[in-house]
Amino acid sequence: MKAIQVYDPPMCCSTGLCGNDIDPALVSFAALLTGLVQKGAKVERYNLGQQPMAFVQNPTVKALLEKEGVAALPLILLDGEVHLKGRYLTDAERATFSRAVLGESAEVSS
Amino acid sequence: MKLPRYQTDPAQTRRYLFFTGKGGVGKTSLSCATALKLAEAGKRVLLVSTDPASNLDEVLEIPLTNAPTPIPGAPGLHAMNINPVAAAAAYRERVIGPMRGLLPEAALRSMEESLSGSCTVEIAAFDEFSGLIGNAETTREFDHVIFDTAPTGHTLRLMSLAKAWDQFLDNNTSGTSCLGPLAGLEKQRAIYENTVKTLADASATTLLLVSRPQLAALNEAKRTSNELRALGVSNQCLIINGSFETRCPEDVISQAMQRRGRTALETAKGFISSLPSFVVPLRPINILGLGGLRVLLDGDNEPASVPKHTSAWTPPDMDNLEALVADIERQGSGVIMTMGKGGVGKTTVAAAIAVTLARRGHAVHLSTTDPAAHLAQTLAGQVAGLTLSRIDPAVETAAYQAEVMHKQGGQMDAGSRALLEEDLRSPCTEEIAVFRAFAREVGQGTDCFVVLDTAPTGHTLLLLDASEAYNRELQRQSRSTQPEAVMRLLERLRDPAFTRILLVTLPEATPVHEAAALQEDLRRAHIEPFAWVINQSLLHSGSCDPLLQCREESEHRYLREVVEKHSARTAWLPWQAQEPIGPEALAQLAAATLHTSTL
Repeated sequence: MKAIQVYDPPMCCSTGLCGNDIDPALVSFAALLTGLVQKGAKVERYNLGQQPMAFVQNPTVKALLEKEGVAALPLILLDGEVHLKGRYLTDAERATFSRAVLGESAEVSS
Repeated sequence: MKLPRYQTDPAQTRRYLFFTGKGGVGKTSLSCATALKLAEAGKRVLLVSTDPASNLDEVLEIPLTNAPTPIPGAPGLHAMNINPVAAAAAYRERVIGPMRGLLPEAALRSMEESLSGSCTVEIAAFDEFSGLIGNAETTREFDHVIFDTAPTGHTLRLMSLAKAWDQFLDNNTSGTSCLGPLAGLEKQRAIYENTVKTLADASATTLLLVSRPQLAALNEAKRTSNELRALGVSNQCLIINGSFETRCPEDVISQAMQRRGRTALETAKGFISSLPSFVVPLRPINILGLGGLRVLLDGDNEPASVPKHTSAWTPPDMDNLEALVADIERQGSGVIMTMGKGGVGKTTVAAAIAVTLARRGHAVHLSTTDPAAHLAQTLAGQVAGLTLSRIDPAVETAAYQAEVMHKQGGQMDAGSRALLEEDLRSPCTEEIAVFRAFAREVGQGTDCFVVLDTAPTGHTLLLLDASEAYNRELQRQSRSTQPEAVMRLLERLRDPAFTRILLVTLPEATPVHEAAALQEDLRRAHIEPFAWVINQSLLHSGSCDPLLQCREESEHRYLREVVEKHSARTAWLPWQAQEPIGPEALAQLAAATLHTSTL
């Protein structure tokens, strides 16, 4: 089981609804995380608009922000290592992601 | 109908008082006068304005902040403004300030943008509001906390938010919400619960519905009364401000004014007698300063001095509304927006313009975003070429929720759909839905004349502000699937050949100064108003009633101020003996000129 850390760009809802448009990938991702939490995964999610200190305190995240700016967000870390940068998971990537998190080789639905 | 005079009995007064009502009915004057009365009876009183366009400063004649300020000359009285826009700025700074030097500039800018939307403004205002009500500690040193609330739509929102957000917190499981990190909010939980409880506690809270002896204002008070009763706020009373008895039985205009008031009261008799109701007589002067406030509740009704006959005064150059319409017509189709303080007659002016344009053979669409929506009442008849619509926040929100669920929810699994549904219950959804509807109406102006009667000043500014933030955000996100109308809104509002903004005011201090402030805000957003419209003027009314003569004379300096200081072009509309309802009356109003206005 790997720990998930998500560093989101500034937004007020987990679905990005309060922005001007809804990103379906963002909504599915939030639901995916909810499912993983139910299976016992540890998830930490930080939003630049609300918890900026978390971005400062993680050296990996801070360095990427300084180098690439907000284009580096969202950042998805697994056990502290960058797993995905600048976007959320596609439909195809979700199953792989779940397996990586749960440490299983197959048979895990997203 | 004989009603008792409104008085304040310090022994009977509840700890929390809320004044509410349609814009311009005198909430600020009455809440100030009540606060002063209680302070002079030895009570310690905190007076709070939650109106984004507060004029508490002007009435009390002292600059206020978001902290209690003692009022000179009134021991025991403190006053403060909860300005949602300023509160949001302070909130933004609390979040961003500590990050300076720690995060790169681009990240700070992006934070700032995301914290500039309407959600942040609502959250910040709500936070300050419930801090004062839900947390007894913060106001312990005061016997009374009096809220001069924002115009009704906003008031309802603030109050229902306390309840909506409370329920929202109960159900939210996704970790982030519009109210900030949920973990942080749990600490505020007790305060929100207390806020809801206090509002519904009849021994702690009185709601004072302020109205004028006018049907539209009384209907609005009735709606507010019902809606707030449904939210549990049951301890209510009604104050009818500006009731008028003529001293001049032979005078046509003062007779008409008295008759109009009596008819309105008679029509609304059922509502008026359903709760404790009081009157405050019309005063000859604008209520400004402590002296004026004492006169409002205590003075007898006689003007201090009868002015010399007023017809000697030559008014500055002003058009009639029809002349403005003729100019607008020459420029071709587009959007005409009436803006100004609540209660100045934005709907009436918008309807008069729409009727005049339609009668001149144009296709016209008249739409309102005024939460109170008196449009149907003002334009009961039908005119060829004129279509009507109204932006109803509840309807727009439901439609938007359905649209989002249909467009996005279809491709989602059950978990995603549940999450999306949950976020759609957040209070921000309404802001977005109303904003999109506004953009849609403006977008129609490419094919015909669209006349918009916008919501009161503060709300309108939020709309425009939101459109600015929207624009930036949309440019940043290339993935946008927004309707074209939303994408092009700000560009359209800034195009003087497409959008003509009319600032509507009464010839009185506060509405003129609020309109001038609004003009400055618009100019900062690179929007230039087309003209000013002075509504309900008593000038050349020929009244021999001393009180009305006083009021007519007091108009002179404000007419001059508008024409000489604020406006490149001004239209003038006379006070009407009959409320201008229906196409005929509206067309007549638009055609009235200063020389033919005598009744």
